[in-house]
Order: sequence, then structure tokens, then C-alpha cells
Amino acid sequence: MNNQIERQTLAVLVDNESGVLSQVSRLFSRKGYNIESLAVGATEDPKISRITIEVYADEDHITLLVNQLRKLFPVHSIKRLSPARSIRRELVLIKVRTADPNARSEILQIANVFRTSIIDVSVDTLTLAVIGDEGKINAMENMLAIHGILELVRTGVIALERGKSTINDDTKEKGEFNYGKNVL
Amino acid sequence: MQMTGAEILIQCLLEQDVDTIFGYPGGTILNVYDALYGHADKIHHILTAHEQGASHAADGYARSTGKVGVCFATSGPGCTNLVTGIATASYDSSPVVFITVNVAENLMGKDTFQEVDITGITMPITKCNYLVRDVTQLADIVREAFAIARSGRPGPVLIDIVKNVTAETADYQYLPREQHAFHGRLANLIKRASQDFKAPEPDLEDIDKLAAMIAQSKKPLLLCGGGVVRSRAHQEFLQLAQRMDAPVAITVMGAGGFRGRNPLTTGMIGMHGSQASNMAVDGCDLLVAVGCRFSDRVALDPNSFARQAKIVQIDIDRSEINKNVRTDHHIVGDAKQVLQMLLQRVEQADHTAWKEYVFSFKTETEYTLAGETLTPKQISDAIARLAPMNTIVATDVGQHQMWAVQHFHFDFPGQLITSGGFGTMGFGLGAAIGAQVGNPESPVLHITGDGCFRMNCHELATEQYYNLPIITIVFNNATLGMVRQWQTLIYGKRYSQTTLDRSPDFVKLAEAYGLKGRKVTNAVELEAALKEALNRKCGYVIDCAIDTDEMVRPMVGGGNHITNFIVD
Repeated sequence: MNNQIERQTLAVLVDNESGVLSQVSRLFSRKGYNIESLAVGATEDPKISRITIEVYADEDHITLLVNQLRKLFPVHSIKRLSPARSIRRELVLIKVRTADPNARSEILQIANVFRTSIIDVSVDTLTLAVIGDEGKINAMENMLAIHGILELVRTGVIALERGKSTINDDTKEKGEFNYGKNVL
Repeated sequence: MQMTGAEILIQCLLEQDVDTIFGYPGGTILNVYDALYGHADKIHHILTAHEQGASHAADGYARSTGKVGVCFATSGPGCTNLVTGIATASYDSSPVVFITVNVAENLMGKDTFQEVDITGITMPITKCNYLVRDVTQLADIVREAFAIARSGRPGPVLIDIVKNVTAETADYQYLPREQHAFHGRLANLIKRASQDFKAPEPDLEDIDKLAAMIAQSKKPLLLCGGGVVRSRAHQEFLQLAQRMDAPVAITVMGAGGFRGRNPLTTGMIGMHGSQASNMAVDGCDLLVAVGCRFSDRVALDPNSFARQAKIVQIDIDRSEINKNVRTDHHIVGDAKQVLQMLLQRVEQADHTAWKEYVFSFKTETEYTLAGETLTPKQISDAIARLAPMNTIVATDVGQHQMWAVQHFHFDFPGQLITSGGFGTMGFGLGAAIGAQVGNPESPVLHITGDGCFRMNCHELATEQYYNLPIITIVFNNATLGMVRQWQTLIYGKRYSQTTLDRSPDFVKLAEAYGLKGRKVTNAVELEAALKEALNRKCGYVIDCAIDTDEMVRPMVGGGNHITNFIVD
């Protein structure tokens, strides 16, 4: 048994229909898990959406959650994505105060170092768009905090596995879950 | 052919050979009841006293017949009254399609009179549910709903239709049931799940591995769960038990999956399991559980459950594997199919010594005779002597339920209808009505307690109106017996709010509903009443006086080790 609580990333393919997201998120709230990050969007097939969801959970509970999710009819497939074997990205928009003229040039320098783009400028503010994993985003956030962050918004993490394997790969376990859904 | 949504719904029910519906009409579902009016020759509608009764009746009908039950209710309170019934069906894997009609689309989300988000409410307790907003989708959704309710691990499905859809028209083409899998949503679902239209097969290697484990085992134990009953795998299970020469412990939901009188039976397992069952689980070296999810009432302490054994779980629902108890091997598949394949690979064994050990423990509790009252065993013995073999038993929840499972010796799947998972007090009478409607030739007994009976006794009106000869047997101890038992054993006899020394007089209540009732206090009176009830062919209530302090024995405290009996 492994009771260590870790940040877990799940990729879930679901029917692109109303109500599906609430069915998925309900399973997390029922078990008392707060969803740390959630990103949803259509895939290459417009009838299918991909949900990337992150929670803090231990091995036993994440297994239980994944099993309960797999059982839902609108869920096509699920993959747990380990940080080591996946690419994870998030887009963050940050609006920073630039009342002081020195601050403006300092922020532009930080933006340059982090290879982020300035997407909006006003007399008193700059808005930056940062793409990266949490390490980069946290570092950036800390640097900007001293200047005063007015507003910050995250898209939620999206993730893909490295290498050739995909969420669509057939496994024995996937077959076992589909057994019960195979209506004849 | 152009039809209204209400008419399409009825046509789709006819496609499914539905001839019985339990329900209650109301404002939003009027169009559907109007369409039903024109099909009274083909579809028999049972009007209950309360929607909850209808939900349990559809469930009892499904469990006793193996067919899909159908239940109608209107919007708002009509459908929230179904919620307990839906959860009951969900926990015990009973295939029921609930059909409700919500307010019209233009009124939705405005807190309209009798509007409620029933698909949201029932999301956690249905296998899946639908909100139908487009009349052209209706037939396709009804077809998918029935397929999902009855397939895999069966369960309840809810279809909520907005009122305007029941009035709007669309083209309907009759599609025979065998064709449903090749059309529309269902075809997509199957294609996604299996890439083709072949029925799924259990994994052969998994079955070979289990056969090898069985061959090596010296002290095997079989566990008969609800999956054996749902899959009607009783014959295969019996053959396997005989081939393995293994004792068989039975869960509450598994009752009827293996004959209670078979000499291999150790009786019920778990919190109120027999000494033989619980000792066998503790001592076995291989536990093969068929269609059982090791609920907390069965496994008690999941870490010490079957601690010396390799645990093998056979279940149709992959998400049940390793959920409550960690297993050593599993096979995902339909119980009947898996057991058939397994039987081809298992040799005849002999485990005389192991069986002698197991059956040195009691398989049933004995009760000392009391003077003024009946013992639970006296009641079950009288029933066993007088009730025909095809009798169906529906129970409520509590002490009487446990006594029924412990002492009634069920012989066939669907014979016991009880709320095992959800533990719904008030389930029994509705369920008995459903069972009697679905099995007009079988005597139906409703075993209840005075607490449970008081909850939904208004369904006696339904029993009377449809002339259903159900025999209600009340284990009347003038208390909420099971809760009192816990208060006696765990709460120092502080009987907080469990004493039920109050009205009504159940005999007079039966008479008020136009039925016959009788109060009995000893075995002779009970037998006389039971004989009369079985001959009368009309509803009958027998109020049996039992001792207030009678307990269900043995008992293991929740979460404790399975042989840690707090009462023998």
C-alpha cells in the first residue's frame, strides 16, 4: 500500500456532450478531493473532448477514482500521466502594475528572460502571457509579485505522454472495463 | 410514420416487450398517460399509492422476473419520490428504466411549478441518465436506455423528457430489438467498447490460472454473491461447488443463487453470518467469490478478511475488483459464462477433512422458546412447512430481514427480494407488489417488521385494488429491533427513540384497506393463520408477536475481524 499523497495528472477522453463534465467532477467531490487544475477541450474528433485533471491523492485513492471514472458510459479512455514520462504545459496571463517607470523596464527584462510575450500595454499596466510547467510559472510569478500582480489567470495544465504511446492504446485493463459497457 | 413524442415512447416500450408499468401520473406527464390510454390492451399500468411504492414495485418486478422494470412519474415531487427507489435498485444492480417528464423547455431553469433537476439529482445513483430535449432523439435514447439497464452489471437508468417533446411530432420507424445494436447511439457505444459487434469473452488465461489455483487448494471456499442471482448462473455454480467439493457461503444478495438446503451450504456470511461461514472464510486457503463486491457487511475488516487465503474475484464490473478487499486474482466476465468455461477445466476433488472442520461449526442459530411470543425460527419453520416451493419472499430491512436470510433456505434466483446494499426500510411491500404482478402464479410473502411496515403500509390499497394475494408477515417486537440491538450491545441499553409501542393495530389497518388481518402469539395460531392466508387468495396481514429483546445472532461488530463474535 502506498499512502503518499502526490499530485496526480489524469487525461480523460469523454463524449463531447452536456452533463459529462459534471459527472466526471462529481466523482472527485464525492471523495472530498479538490480539483487543483482542470482543462477541457475538443480533440481531433469534435465528438470527443479531452479533460486534463489534477488532484492531490495517494496511490490507492487515485486507483479507485480512475476505476470509478472508467465505469462511466461517456468516458472512452483514461491515462494517468506521470511527470517523468509526459509533457505538461499551462498558459498563464498576468497583469502587472507598472506605475513606476523603472518597474516597466524591469518587467520587460524578466519577460525577456522567461521568453514570455507582452500581449497588452497600458499607461499603468503590462499583461504577460507565460507558457510552461508549474516550475517556470511559479518562478515567474515570484519575480513579478514584488511589482504587484493585479490579476492572474491560468488555463489549467494540459499534458501529453512522451514517445509513441497514446491514450488510445488498447490494454487488457481497458478491455475489462469495456466488457461491462458492451451492450448487446 | 409521424407520431407525437408520447406515442413514440409507448411504441418504444412495446419494442422492448414491456407489458407492465408501475407509476403515478401528474401535470407534466399527462401526454404520456394520454398515449398509454390507447394501449391499455397491451400495457398494464399499476397505479400505486405513492411514487416510492411504484419505484420499489418496478424493482421487485425486475428482480423476480429477470426482465427490465419500468416506472413512470411526473416532474418535481413525483420524481424526487423515486430517488430512494432508484438508489435501492442501483445498489443491488436491478435493471429498471425510470421515465419522468419535466416542465417544457421554455420553462426550464425558472423554478417553474414542480420543476426539479432530476438528472442532476440522480446522477450518482443511476447507471446513466438522459434529458431528452429533441423529439427526433427520443426513440434512439429509449433503445439505448433499455440496453444499458439490462446489460453488463444491470442497474437503473432514468430518462427525463421535457414536456414539449411529448407533444411534438417526429418520424418513428419500428425497429425490432435484435436490430437495436446496429443503429444510432447504441451502435456507436458498442463499436467504441469492442471494435466489433461480438459479445465480449472472459480471458482464457485468467480462467486457466484459476483452474490451477483450484487444483492446488486443500481448503477451498466458494462465495455466492448477487452476481450469481443476476446472471442466473445457479446451475453452473452448483456444478462447480460439487466438482470442487467446497463449502459455499452465501451473501444476502446471493441468497437463491445456491440452494439453502444443499449440504455444502455454510449459510450466510458476514456481520450476521453463521459461525460455519465466518470460520470457513478465516480458515480457507482459497476463496473464490462469484459476483460479490466484499461490502463492509460481508468483509467487516478488509485487511484481515480471508487472511490465510488466496482471494479470487469473478465479477462483471471491473471497478469492483480490488475496491473493498485486495485480491490475488480476478476474472472479469458474466458469472454464467465464466463458470461454464471454468467447469471445463476443473477436476472432481474431495475435501472431506476440510468440510468436516467447517461443518463442525453451526450453520444456523438456535433460539430458546419463549412463552408469550414467537421466536424468529418458529416463524420461518412454519413458513417453510406450509409455503409452496415456488413462494417468493420480499423483505424490508432490519432484524426480520436477517432472520429471513439466515433461516428461510432460498432455492432459486429471484426468490428473495431484499434491499441488501442500500438497506431501504419500506422497500418490502412495494417490491412484493412488483413480484406478485410479475409472477401471478407464485405465492408472495412480504416479511417485514413493525417499523418498516409503518413506513409504506399505504400500498395495501394497491394490493387490494389489483387483488394481489400478498401475505404480509410482521415480526412485531414493538421496537426498531436492529437499532435496539445495537443500543443493547454497544450503547449501554440507552434506548433512544427506538421504542415503537404505538398505533396502528395492524389487523384493523388491514381491514380498513379491505384485507384480512390476524394477530398471532404462538406457533399453532401462526400455522392456522398462514394456512388460511394461503387458501384465501387475497391480501392478508399476519401480525406476529415476538420478544422485544430478541436479537439477530450471531453478530460481529462493524470493522472487526470476521470471527470476533460479540454475540454467539
